[in-house]
Amino acid sequence: MSAVLAPAAPMQRSRGYWAGTALRFVRDPVAVFAGLVVLGLFGMAIFGPWIAPSDPLNGSMLGRLKPIGSEGYPLGSDELGRDMLSRLIVGARLSLFMGITPVVLAFVIGSAIGILAGYAGGVTNTVIMRTIDVFYAFPSVLLAIALSGALGAGIGNALLSLTIVFIPPIARVAESVTTQVRGRDYVEAARASGAGAFTIVRVHVLGNVLGPIFVYATSLIAVSMILASGLSFLGLGVKPPEPEWGLMLNTLRTAIYVQPWVAALPGVMIFITSIAFNLLSDSLRSAMDVK
Amino acid sequence: MIAYLLRRIVYTLPIMVGVALVCFALVHLAPGDPLVSVLPPDASAELQQQLRTLYGFDRSLPEQFVTWVWRALQGDLGTSIASSRPVAAEVLTAVANTLRLAVVATLIGFFFGCLFGFVAGYFRNSWVDRGASLLSVLGVSVPHYWLGMVLVIVFAAQLNWLPATGAGPGGSGDWAWDWEHFKHMLLPAITMSVIPMGIVARTVRALVAEILAQEFVIGLRAKGLTHLGVFRHVVKNAAPTALAVMGLQLGYLLGGSILIETVFAWPGTGFLLNSAIFQRDLPLLQGTILVLAMFFVVLNVVVDIVQTLLDPRIARS
Repeated sequence: MSAVLAPAAPMQRSRGYWAGTALRFVRDPVAVFAGLVVLGLFGMAIFGPWIAPSDPLNGSMLGRLKPIGSEGYPLGSDELGRDMLSRLIVGARLSLFMGITPVVLAFVIGSAIGILAGYAGGVTNTVIMRTIDVFYAFPSVLLAIALSGALGAGIGNALLSLTIVFIPPIARVAESVTTQVRGRDYVEAARASGAGAFTIVRVHVLGNVLGPIFVYATSLIAVSMILASGLSFLGLGVKPPEPEWGLMLNTLRTAIYVQPWVAALPGVMIFITSIAFNLLSDSLRSAMDVK
Repeated sequence: MIAYLLRRIVYTLPIMVGVALVCFALVHLAPGDPLVSVLPPDASAELQQQLRTLYGFDRSLPEQFVTWVWRALQGDLGTSIASSRPVAAEVLTAVANTLRLAVVATLIGFFFGCLFGFVAGYFRNSWVDRGASLLSVLGVSVPHYWLGMVLVIVFAAQLNWLPATGAGPGGSGDWAWDWEHFKHMLLPAITMSVIPMGIVARTVRALVAEILAQEFVIGLRAKGLTHLGVFRHVVKNAAPTALAVMGLQLGYLLGGSILIETVFAWPGTGFLLNSAIFQRDLPLLQGTILVLAMFFVVLNVVVDIVQTLLDPRIARS
């Protein structure tokens, strides 16, 4: 746009791709805002136990279900008299861990599977992609709940189920971008010059496919946060007394007639996190210029 | 065209077999004895053996799988371990309840999603567009089970306008299309509609923007067509994709209703799944998931076929 407005300006040396991406990202107010919120959440996750004003695990039964703004309980207290503010802050660690880990794992495994299928083509591709199609045939929420339901409650099982849920969509995206890249001239040229499959994938394919796959994976973090907390909300994820937003929402459900707004607080945290990651992912997509 | 449709249907069969295999594997994935929930802790070895034979757990896995699929094809999904009732009957009642909710929710979501999407796409980068886009981001970001709780807090606990839980007055499970039942459906349906609303709005906005940028629209305008006339063409071009998204969303809602149903104690598949999981009723878990997943697979095919019929360009590409 600026080139149109100022045609007389001397041609600038073109910036590198990443510098351009970073610049576009920083100039986008929504991106900066979402980025700051995510940074803040990470800050809470890392430093939570030191920031929290009170003990998130032990409360006093005398101070049960205090309203927001009570003395000593700025955001009220839960059904066991524990300080909500402290629990929400400390809860960031486990909640973010439960939401982000499956996407990271699925990104690594799904990319590997998808790139393998896309680059190998032929029978390998057919076998891998048809298997992926089977898992794709389940609505994600159903698959996550069915798997963790069968495996039983617990952090490890919830992470495992969510990872399995996110591998198929990531592998699909990885396969489709790799198939596109494989047909490009520079890959042909590398092959003609005698490069092995491993070298071609490492040097020519990875650099061109990881960007789009990464952007897609970031768009799954919000879904994963909601699903992971949802599993804990059902009693299939984190177990009490650990502070985790989904689980807190579950245990406070009985209190909606006594302290409704205190009971709704953990959901606000999940909502904020999910909005921030969705906005961040959208901005990343346009900054990195990925379709 | 017919060849395309046939290919699409035949291609689904291996997926169905795969889906059945995954559902079957779920039970064997589960740690512990599948009979643990029915057996008394001091059960004799003989009784254990009897029950094992009764439920077919003593045979080899491939044999069990084939028997299970064969029976499922005849409409027999086995017997619920917890309630001793046929799984198929329980699942059917639950599916009917969930489907009713999901259809209403999808329609609400589709209506508002299209409304926001069309307005946003038509007036791109205006404040209306920004508002509609913000709303759709909120729609896809909101943890719906929490939204359900908030609606219960506001409309049931505080204002006392609508019932908080259940599908009918007095906790009855029988449905009727009257005001009393409709009141019970309102909150869960609105909660559920938020997801398809956000997704439909996003899709329609992108579609409309894309269609408006095409040359034929300039042609229509040059021809002197009114705004309404151009709009009709845009709707026609956007409809196949928008309807396809709506169809798929119905499937997602049907499979993903468990969280919302738990919040509202709605007697549907989600509720059934929940009790199956916590009572470790594996035949019920297996049967419910099989029916929901199969429904989703079939829905996908139907959506594809309808889309192809509406837009023959798809079959040609």
